[in-house]
This record gives sequence, structure tokens and C-alpha cells, in this order.
Amino acid sequence: MQMPEPDQGVIDRRAEIIAAMRAIVPGEGVIADDAMLKAFECDGLMAYRQLPLIVVLPETTAQVSDILKYCHANGVKIVPRGAGTGLSGGALPLADAITLGLSKFNRVLDIDYANRCAVVQPGVTNLGVTKAVEGDGFYYAPDPSSQIACSIGGNIAENSGGVHCLKYGLTTNNVLGVEMVLMDGTVLRLGGKHLDPGGYDLLGVLTGSEGLLGVITEVTVRILKKPETARAVLLGFNSSEEGGDCVAAIINAGIIPGGIEMMDKPAIHATEEFVHAGYPMDVEALLIVELDGPKVEVDYLIDRVGEIAKGQGAIYSRISETEEERAAFWSGRKNAFPAVGRLSPDYLCMDGTIPRKKLGLVLQRMAEMSGKYGLRVANVFHAGDGNLHPLIMFDANQPGELDRAEEFGADILKLCVEVGGVLSGEHGIGVEKRDLMGEMFTEDDLKQQQRVKCAFDPDHHLNPGKVFPTLHRCAELGRMHISRGQVPFPDIPRF
Amino acid sequence: MIEILKPDTADQVLDAVKWALSEAIPLDVRGSGSKSGFGRPVQVGRVLDLSNLSGISDYDPGELVLTAGPATSMFEIEKVLAGANQELAFEPMDLGSLYGLGEGTGTLGGVIAANLSGPRRIKAGAARDHFLGFQGVSGRGEVFKSGGKVMKNVTGFDLSKLMAGSFGTLAVMTQVSVKVLPRPEKTRTVLLMGADDIHAVAALCDALGSSHEVAGAAHLPASVAARSGVGYVSGAGAAVTAVRVEGPGPSVEHRCNSLRDLFAPFGAVEELHSMNSAAFWREVRDAAAFTGDWQDYQVWRVSVPPTAGPTVGQHLRARLGGEVYYDWGGGLIWFALDARADAGAADIRRVIRDCGGHATLVRASADVRQAVAVFQPQPGPLADLSKRVKEAFDPEGILNPGRMTAGV
Repeated sequence: MQMPEPDQGVIDRRAEIIAAMRAIVPGEGVIADDAMLKAFECDGLMAYRQLPLIVVLPETTAQVSDILKYCHANGVKIVPRGAGTGLSGGALPLADAITLGLSKFNRVLDIDYANRCAVVQPGVTNLGVTKAVEGDGFYYAPDPSSQIACSIGGNIAENSGGVHCLKYGLTTNNVLGVEMVLMDGTVLRLGGKHLDPGGYDLLGVLTGSEGLLGVITEVTVRILKKPETARAVLLGFNSSEEGGDCVAAIINAGIIPGGIEMMDKPAIHATEEFVHAGYPMDVEALLIVELDGPKVEVDYLIDRVGEIAKGQGAIYSRISETEEERAAFWSGRKNAFPAVGRLSPDYLCMDGTIPRKKLGLVLQRMAEMSGKYGLRVANVFHAGDGNLHPLIMFDANQPGELDRAEEFGADILKLCVEVGGVLSGEHGIGVEKRDLMGEMFTEDDLKQQQRVKCAFDPDHHLNPGKVFPTLHRCAELGRMHISRGQVPFPDIPRF
Repeated sequence: MIEILKPDTADQVLDAVKWALSEAIPLDVRGSGSKSGFGRPVQVGRVLDLSNLSGISDYDPGELVLTAGPATSMFEIEKVLAGANQELAFEPMDLGSLYGLGEGTGTLGGVIAANLSGPRRIKAGAARDHFLGFQGVSGRGEVFKSGGKVMKNVTGFDLSKLMAGSFGTLAVMTQVSVKVLPRPEKTRTVLLMGADDIHAVAALCDALGSSHEVAGAAHLPASVAARSGVGYVSGAGAAVTAVRVEGPGPSVEHRCNSLRDLFAPFGAVEELHSMNSAAFWREVRDAAAFTGDWQDYQVWRVSVPPTAGPTVGQHLRARLGGEVYYDWGGGLIWFALDARADAGAADIRRVIRDCGGHATLVRASADVRQAVAVFQPQPGPLADLSKRVKEAFDPEGILNPGRMTAGV
């Protein structure tokens, strides 16, 4: 992975930068010791590692603003970092950049039940938001699998999803406002406890921008009252295609489940051997469909889902009768990654989204690729919204296997785009998929995105080298010389 | 007479924008023109009429995604979706009647460009939350796209969000993709009679804070309720507070009963079923109370934290007279007042300053919209950033210049 050439001038000024940071963040908030920096050398994508220049852990918005002001004035780059659980290398350090950790922003500031929102600092974990309100029966809906560890600020940076997305939306649909700091130190508020702030939806473009537009210092999220009850049904099929058709049939019947997940045979076997969830071992595809709401609704819908599944050729069906059983159904799916980790020394977790009707084709082509590369693949799938997570198994100690796994992964993502899907559903682009952006976007598409970057951070000091395969200078992106006669255009017909 | 450019294809849109750039002639970008009364009047030389870019190009109900030309009429979209028992869950407003044009005049592109969302906003999200992707032509005369046709997507910056609510000032959309959802099997509305604004919003907050998945929460003071076309509402002779529940039959029945119990301490309770319920929420959605013989009144849409709603509403009426009603559990205040040169803008913005929120002047004469900030003025640094974003898409200011902010 080629990263931007480190600026030796900045590296040479390291001592001076450390002193400046210590003047802003006193005490232990500036980490410059190599052994301690090691803890920050990668995020959840461990294939890429780099020691940061230094790590700074501010505690206040004023400190963040002062740090960015200094860096802006002194040409120092910044890599923002939440909990470091990201899976696409979005928080991969740079040798000439400060890694700005938000872990000390870990307080819940305000819970406002009447207005159904909570104001928290970005370092609060996703589950921490729910923990703060669950005593009163509320929760925060988006639930990425890493929710126990990942931070809400990181969730916004990556627009992370989870199993609830189809019914309750992604992060971007559940964030009401933020306080953020621009690269020049300007502190801004976007949104708040009211809905749909007028003007351009800057909050919308900030969400999922992978730390390239600003540093988030406070977050206002929607909270919801927990549904009265939830039940899940396990449905087994002879093929993934049938499973996919069943998902479409459920949706066509007007039912939007709280969660609807699919696993293929390798994933079922891996997880069953790991957690003993009670999954059937003789099916090719397993659906977990969860209905939530009032008991009377859940009971009614779960029967209907059962009927629909029967009509779609389900060869296995089991409905949870107790909360423990429901949890057991989910335990396999939620442990799919570590379960596959037991089968293989290493694995790559891919993350593409496809139109659901292409599932059969995509799985078949993936099986062919598995043969071609000589690597096994297991699939877990957010079936409601088309988000695939192929887990490619390999052994990094075998020469060439990592490269083969990466090529395999790239082929899968290209296939996702080819069938009308996208490169990432919830993990982001980061460094991992950066060089594949051209598969989905034209040069003009990417330039337009980068121009938005320039509006926020004209010198490319925030998280450079991520998301975009080519770094354009903002001056070059902004250039447009048009005057009478210079733009070639055909005779405009009198439309 | 203003000349009209009426492209038939996306390529011709590109030609038109390039031509406008080379001649330095700004364009008034329109679908059907149904919302030309919304926003500041645009000072332009040419109209770019997109009405030929219409029609649904891709729709598979099982995928929950619909792709269409920007000028596809909402009437057509809703008809096709209804045929598959689906809908746009954000319940887009139809502003036609508010502008005296009649119903069903809006387009999909217009709904997105104005980010128009109805009463279900509180549960289902806004138009921007259902807008998955688009293709368009920037003010630079470049074709580009963003987003996609799938529901979960973190591939590059989400430029779609910027397009939603940008009133055509950033790019001309030539194709849009939206998320669609099944229509609820059954709908019912629970009414609470005679509550004052404060108790009504408290009751709505209780309902919205319950697990009953309320999909509409409005309060009409007596004078507004009296103008309803729904007999139960106009005949109440009192203020009417309403919550809507939707879903499978047995569930709606159960939740309705629970909400009736929840409302009982606040006053007398009634119910609206199917037709009446649908008519009532259409009225709330489209500000029907302020149409017809109220056509001369200026209309504001004020968004605040829901609990601040009643106080803001009281202050507005105390300072400026007029009428208010509340949607979004108190968080959306529709406010109509006697026409005046400043539309009461300074007073209105003073009232909401401390609670956080924004006020948009939805209906007023062109002169007034020219003179008064239609959208909430932004603090300096935010306004500067918005201006830089505009320049990133349209540096020469040829797309709907001044539609949102003077000089941008």
C-alpha cells in the first residue's frame, strides 16, 4: 500500500512539535515514547502498520481546536482516531502525522428523554450510549458488531451500521447534531436537538467521511424506546439463492424485520462448532429473522414469516420461545468472525453491498474465485440491506497467501460493483479499498468528492492518503477557466 | 420574455450547463416549477426546464429501491409504488395547495431538492434519509454521480446528503434513486380533545417516548382544528391532539388501546380510522389549514426541540398574532401571520434563538422573499463553509444563484 511520502521536514521538527503539544495538553496526554506509540500503530485492519509521529489525547474541545490550529499553521498532518476498531485502515497512522485520539472524550453529557436524544462525547462506546439510557427502557439503534468497543465518533466517521439498519437506519439516520472542529481550529455546530437544520446538509456529508473533513468533539443522537418484545426465527434452505428469494418474499409481503441475517454453509459450520448455537448443519443457507415490537405484533408476524418461508422452500424452521433461545440464535452470527478465526490463522473480512437479487450469482462467482485462488471463504450477510461480509481464510506465514487473499478480496469487491452494488456497506474505504475507488467512480466523480474535502480542509492535512486513490492539490481541483467560446459545446438545440 | 432550455436527455443537460457557463448566464433550474415560491427569487437569464427528464427507469419492489428522472411527478411515483403496496416512507409534503397550484404538481427531484418530509419524519426520517444516490451535472459542467442503488453504502463521501435540501444550487440532478418501503397494513389515529399546547406536547412526548412506534404526532389549537375537512376534528369545538399508529392489524389495535390509556389523564379521547385518518394527516402534512382563504397569509415553518414547541408557539402568537399548529411532537411549528414587509423575521428568529432551531419562510411574495432571509441565517464560520461548499460545485454561481442565500 503506497502512502503519501512522509514530510522529512516535519519529522525533523518532532521535538518542537512535542513541546508545542505538551503546552496545549498537559500531563500524560502527549505520547512520544516508541514503546507506547506501538499501541497505536494500526486500527482493526492489522495488515497495515505504521508508528505515528506522536499521539495526542486531548480532553477538551478547546484543546482540539488549539492542536489543529497549531498543525494548520505549521504544516503538520492529523490522523483522527476513535477506539481504533475500524476495519479499513481509516485510522492507520502516518510517519509525519499526529494521531489525535479522542478516547478521553468519554462522558455522557445530557440525556433528554422528552426530546428523545442523548448528547455524548465522541469517545463513548456505541454500547455505552445504550447503557446510559437502558435503565429507563431506551436504546440507541445502530449496532455494529464491534459495539462493545467502537466509539460513537468512529461510528459517525464510518457511518457504521449493524443488523438493525433496514428497519432503524444507519448511523447517518440516527445522528441529530455534532460539534466539530475544522482543520484550521474553527469550532462549528451542525444540527442539534431539532430536526433538519436548514442550509446545506453538512452533517450528512461529514457522516461517513472517514475523518477527512473535521474532528468531532460532541454528538447528539436519537434514542428510541426499546420494543416490548423480540423473537427470532431460524430458517434453513437448500441454497443461498432460495434464502435470498425468501428475504425478498418477506419484504414483498410488507414485513420489515428488526434484523434479517444470512450465513452460508461454511459460516454455519464454523460458528456452530464455536458457540453451539443449535444451528442445523445440513442446510446450505441459514436465515435469522428477528421481529420486534408489541408481543401481539411479533407473534402475528413470526407466524407469517414462517408461512412465507415454507412457501419459499425452507427445509428447516425454528422459532425462539424464550429470550435465552433468541440470544442463542444470535450468538452464532455475532461470533462469526472469531469462529472463522479458529478455522484459519488469518482471515480478511470484506464488506461490499449488492442488490439482493444478485446474491446467487455473486455467491456462485465467489465459489469459483475460491477455487482459483485456493483459499476458503465463508459468508455472513446482512440480508435485508444487501451488505455482504465474505471472510477469506489464509495463512500469513505461507509466502504469497496474503497477496492472494487481497487479490481475491479485490475481485469480490469489483464483482459487487459490476452487479450494481458498492465497495463498502459499513466499514468504509480507508486505505484498504482506496485503490479500488476507480472501479465505482469516474475521475470526475472523485474530483467532485475531493472538492468537498477542499472546502473543509484545503491543505489536505486531515487524514491524507485515505479514501482517495489520487491526491489532487485543491488549487488544481478548483481550476476552471471558462469564458465565451472557450468551452466546446455543440449548437444548443432549441430544446 | 425569459428563454427556456428544455433538454430531453442528461447529455443535453450537460450541454446546457456548459453553454450557460461559457455565456456566464445563470440558470433557474426547475422540475415542474411547483416550488418556485419556495426560497429566494432567482435572478437569472434562462430557465433550465427538466420536465422532459421524467419517468421511472428502474423499480423492483423486492429490492426496495426506485430510480427515476428528476421531473417524474410525485403523482406517478406514488401511483406506481401503491401498485406494489409500497410508498415513500418519509411522506413527502405536497406544497401545491399552499402555493395555490392545486395538488399533485410536485416532482421527485423537487421533493429531494427541498428535502420535504411529512409527519412520519419523526419515525421514518427525512427525505435525505431515503435518498440513496444520483447522477447529475455540476455547475462546473461536469457529469458526476454519488451514492448508489443499494441501501447500505459507505463508499466515498455521501454527496447525496448535500444535494437534499440544496434547492438546485449545487448541481442539476439527472437521475435519482430513493429507498422505498412497504405501506403499513393498517393505520389508526388516536385523538385527544381540548388539551392546551403545553399539555398536548407533554402528551405527545409521552407517546413518542413509548414503545408504540408512533408515526405521526400533531397538535392543532381549536382555531386551526376548526378548519379541518375531517368532521371529527372540525366538529370537536376544541383543540385536537393526534397520534398515528401503523402496522399489522392486531398490533395497531393493541397500540391504539395503550395510547388511549396514556392520553386519558389529559382529556377526552377519540379515534380516527382509515379514510379520516389519511385525510387528517394529509392536512397536517400539507399545511392545509393555511390554504384557501388564508392564501394571503405568510407562512413559516419553524423547527425546534419538541419540548420547546409550545413556548415558542405562544411567543410567536403573542408578538405577531396569527395562528400556529404543531407537527413532529411539537418540534415543527407551522405559523401563519398577516402579510407584512418583514414577515416578522426578526421577531421569529429572536424567539427561537435561545432554544436552538431554525425558521424558514415558506410562503410570502417575491418582494418579501427577496428582502428577508428565507432560510435561517448561519453563524459566520458556518456560512463561510457553506459558501466554500457551493463553490466546490458551482464556482461561477450559475445554478439557481441566490435561491438560498443572497450572493451565493
